[in-house]
Amino acid sequence: MTLSSANFINIGERTNVSGSAKFKRLIVEQDYASALDIAREQVENGAQIIDINMDDGLLDGVQAMTSFLNLIAVEPDICRVPIMIDSSRWEVIEAGLKCIQGKGVVNSISMKEGEADFLQKSRQIRRYGAAVMVMAFDERGQADTQERKVEICTRAYHLLVNDGFAPEDIIFDPNIFAVATGLSEHNNYGVDFINATRIIKQTLPHARVSGGLSNLSFSFRGNEPVRRAMHSVFLYHGIKAGLDMAIVNAGQLDIYDDIEPELRTVCEDVILNRNPDASEALLELAEQYRGGAHKSRASRRDVAWRKEDVAARLKHALVHGITEFIVEDTEEARQAADKPLHVIEGPLMAGMNAVGDLFGAGKMFLPQVVKSARVMKAAVAHLLPFLEEEKQLSGLADMSNGKILLATVKGDVHDIGKNIVAVVLQCNGYEVIDLGVMVPCETILKVAKEQNVDAIGLSGLITPSLEEMTHIAAEMQRGGWSTPLLIGGATTSPTHTAVKIEPSYSNGPTIYVPDASRAVGVVRTLFTPETREPFIKQTREDYAHTRRSHKTGRNAKPRIRIEEARARAMKLDWSDYSPPRPKIDKALVIDNWKLEELVPYIDWTPFFLAWDIKGRYPQILDNEKMGAEARQLLLDGKIMLDKLVREQWLQPRAVLDFWPASSRGDDIILWEDEKSKKTKATFHTLRQQMPKDTGKPNFALADFVAPSSSGKVDWVGGFVVSAGHGELEISTRFQRAGDDYSAIMLKALADRLAEALAEALHAKVRKEFWGYAPKEQLTNQQMIQEVYQGIRPAPGYPSQPDHTEKRTLFNLLQAKSRIGVDLTSSCAMTPPASVSGLYFSHPESVYFAVGKINKDQVADYAKRKGMAMDEAERWLAPILAYNR
Amino acid sequence: MTRELRLRQFEEILQTRIGIIDGAMGTSIQQLKLSETEFRAQLFADWPTAVQGNNDLLNLTRPQEIAHIHKGFLRAGADLIETNTFNATSISQADYGLQRMAAKIAKAGARIARQAADDWHKQHPMRPAMVAGAMGPLSKTLSLSPKVEDPGFREVNFEQVREAYFEQACAMLEFVDFLIIETVFDTLNAKAAIVAAQDAMEQVGFEIPLIISGTITDSSGRTLSGQTTEAFWISIAHAKPWAVGLNCALGAEEMRPHIADMARIADCKIIAFPNAGLPNAFGEYDETPETTSKHLSEWAKDGLVNLVGGCCGTNEQHIAAIARSVDGIPPRKIATQPTALRLSGLEPFRLED
Repeated sequence: MTLSSANFINIGERTNVSGSAKFKRLIVEQDYASALDIAREQVENGAQIIDINMDDGLLDGVQAMTSFLNLIAVEPDICRVPIMIDSSRWEVIEAGLKCIQGKGVVNSISMKEGEADFLQKSRQIRRYGAAVMVMAFDERGQADTQERKVEICTRAYHLLVNDGFAPEDIIFDPNIFAVATGLSEHNNYGVDFINATRIIKQTLPHARVSGGLSNLSFSFRGNEPVRRAMHSVFLYHGIKAGLDMAIVNAGQLDIYDDIEPELRTVCEDVILNRNPDASEALLELAEQYRGGAHKSRASRRDVAWRKEDVAARLKHALVHGITEFIVEDTEEARQAADKPLHVIEGPLMAGMNAVGDLFGAGKMFLPQVVKSARVMKAAVAHLLPFLEEEKQLSGLADMSNGKILLATVKGDVHDIGKNIVAVVLQCNGYEVIDLGVMVPCETILKVAKEQNVDAIGLSGLITPSLEEMTHIAAEMQRGGWSTPLLIGGATTSPTHTAVKIEPSYSNGPTIYVPDASRAVGVVRTLFTPETREPFIKQTREDYAHTRRSHKTGRNAKPRIRIEEARARAMKLDWSDYSPPRPKIDKALVIDNWKLEELVPYIDWTPFFLAWDIKGRYPQILDNEKMGAEARQLLLDGKIMLDKLVREQWLQPRAVLDFWPASSRGDDIILWEDEKSKKTKATFHTLRQQMPKDTGKPNFALADFVAPSSSGKVDWVGGFVVSAGHGELEISTRFQRAGDDYSAIMLKALADRLAEALAEALHAKVRKEFWGYAPKEQLTNQQMIQEVYQGIRPAPGYPSQPDHTEKRTLFNLLQAKSRIGVDLTSSCAMTPPASVSGLYFSHPESVYFAVGKINKDQVADYAKRKGMAMDEAERWLAPILAYNR
Repeated sequence: MTRELRLRQFEEILQTRIGIIDGAMGTSIQQLKLSETEFRAQLFADWPTAVQGNNDLLNLTRPQEIAHIHKGFLRAGADLIETNTFNATSISQADYGLQRMAAKIAKAGARIARQAADDWHKQHPMRPAMVAGAMGPLSKTLSLSPKVEDPGFREVNFEQVREAYFEQACAMLEFVDFLIIETVFDTLNAKAAIVAAQDAMEQVGFEIPLIISGTITDSSGRTLSGQTTEAFWISIAHAKPWAVGLNCALGAEEMRPHIADMARIADCKIIAFPNAGLPNAFGEYDETPETTSKHLSEWAKDGLVNLVGGCCGTNEQHIAAIARSVDGIPPRKIATQPTALRLSGLEPFRLED
């Protein structure tokens, strides 16, 4: 069975400040955009109702509930589902009821304060038109035994129904409590709940039963595999007893049948209280799962498929990405065929079509498709000599569905996404001319003309690439082109495409492609005569609409004046504070860092993102839809990582230094030495200009450094690290061998290692090199969650969106000569698997997003940097709050 | 005749035939082409802001004309007329600086309609003449932000909207047989109106039936605030309305699928009063009475409706044609639905037993 069956309702739990530290942080910091993302993710992951809870001492619950619900109300992809208003405070519940146009659920009321209070609240809920969750709680306390649960729910039911409350609008929460706590009196809690559920459903007509699932596994916090197994087992038995819904982390429910049998049995023993030693057994077994270390599932490769006919074997190999037998199978097919070409046109294309169909239906994911392509390439490579022999190469060329040029634009070196697009397109029978990275406009247009391509695809990851894409579009317009222009890459967006790129190229269609999985659909639609024109017309209309709404939105965006923003700067008290002095006094180059020491620092979530698998690690491994593929991908990644470490494919390098510094306005002045007061260099920072509530400062990075007026000497640090040395050589080798999967895998791993190196170095900086936190002891998870003191913001990222600040940093550190990391014309770092940034040590220093800024600040910033206004506007284009 | 008696008789009649509600008040007033001076009359001669277009003010300044429009619709065959109080709330009247007059305007509008209905009934004792106190959608809305850059912003809050509707409902209750919350394009406004109507009934000490009519704004099949027809019904079903339905924005042709949806799910009477087609390039409605009535007679034959009439652009001729075209066709039978936990966001949620 699956847990999202129509008769069981998932209620999303992540938008709860008391249950999610991340959500709470976002609400406290009023980062509502990210908080909305969490809500949206819940709905996307299958939550059919979302629970919202703002009960926290730090928050004004009424205000927080009102603000968040008002924002949700205008997000159709969130508010399409009903809202569960969750609070223990009546005034917060009532505030919530006043904000939802749909019929929601109140979670919860109870007879804790007596029957009169209970009925009075239930009448209010009816007036506002909501269903109600009733907690099994009465004047004597919360119900723990089966008898108490049933007794309280029965009494509440009759009170409500006799008062006119519709029985179908009543949902009971008979309290899920933690089991396996070590206290024997808790052992029967699971059984009590499940039995109570069965009786309630049998005796109280139309009423429903729900539960908050995460309580159950409270004793196993930090051990997600065990928690998830317990949840699945509990639901399995609860649903059989009539449980209708539960508050869960939607998207993180395991399939009961997929739980490892041993773990499942022990979980069952615990939940059903089947033997007195069950808790002990589960605690022991849990150790094996700690830290998310999954034992690989016993999915020994099935060899039955080897017995089928050759066409079926080829298809199987393609769909499952198995290269092991591809040459022998292809050879067998060739000998059976009249012409080698028929092997390609016949069984191989049939296999690839199956791949395309599965991919289109969401049953295969990108990494698998890339593997299929690897198999296809190997098969074609085997056939090529025979094809040549028969001089039928022209025939092969004719097979192409169309020709597409792909390039990462000038100044940018990032190509993982573009390479995936290339492979996917090739799999679908398109000929791809991949010009690689840092391709100047002239080259792109020259090759496009020579090769007479049917479409041009541009990719880029860093923000200056957006300007370059606009430039290429303008050049195409000027040159009289009408070839379709496809835009993709991490920083691109439909809005940017509509507002900036498309208007520059009115001759031909410009189309934004959100991710690799969409590329085939877009290209196929464009290349099919019947769908081409309607699609182009529709896209043009959509973009015109986007432009109009962008214009109204943008013109009206409120920004405060820069003087006012500065007056609202974060004002730290320096009188009582002594900035810590770094322990090293000259630049430090580290080039003997051991790769294996970096492995524990790897944050795997972005690794999956690089492969278009969106979800959080390790939860993604148990995602119902993508879990199996994610696990396979991780396994492949870890196998390569292992090899990479053993054979030392990459050479990690780092350089860092600290400088005496003072802030002056929004600038940070670095001094030659502590006393001389001779300027060595200046970092320029940008300040937030959004209107904020009283007491919330408008940040700039300069705020975290002591001003000279404080009389204190402060320091800032800077670093550049890279794990990219050696990457190009080996990935090229893979590519030449037709193994794009491994080439992309290596790039993705190098990126992760660079980030891991930055993280590891920062830890060393805090503990040793700067040494302000010598006793720090953090887990990797805590590190990813940034719970440490001090920050390492990077130019080009939200706290300092200006990439050109990297030039100052690279000069200071002499990164090119010391560790071989350079900047392109667009200030992208090369090799691409590199990370740079500044170090700030102040305990109050935080990451923030500068957000959109106004012309007054840009003019001032340009002046401070000695940059022309239009140049500054070009670099800052993505964050301008006005139209240039 | 007492209200109870009127309601009982009307209810009996509606067991046997489809009820007729009146046509558009707003476009009927526009036909009079009244000047600013005529809108003001003597009463508001010195009012500092322009009041032309404030149709509800005419309850105070041109009661004769309003009564005349009511009588025209009764003559055409309407069983139920709506008061001229669509905008008679403090929030909507604030646009003219007349917020403090809102209750007076509402009360006058209810009294005029009652008088017109009673006069008509005296002369035609066999014909029902019911009055519904109209509660329109307000010029400010609870689910949408007027500021693109600040989607969390609201011009009003629930309490303010409830207050405004409460004042309006209290002013009308003495005279009307129903309260009709109509042209609902934001369900949250309607939910505030429901609370207000219930509070008002509690205040005066008697209850009258509630009619609720939503507006599907375009072919997307959704209200302006984004709900589907079914989600809308689920969101207001707690009010236990006497009738529910749709009006405005669409002509009969476009409204048909949504009324059919509502007819399938709602366990109360269905009311429908579409516009006279979609507006032409000049914003005028030019669908003929024949066309409108032809559509509505088809709805009637298919068993979709219990009460029909017209919204924007429909005049006495439309109502007369509609009344003729549904004559003799039996009314819709009230739908029953299986018991289920029904919830809604923008879309419906059902968990059946």
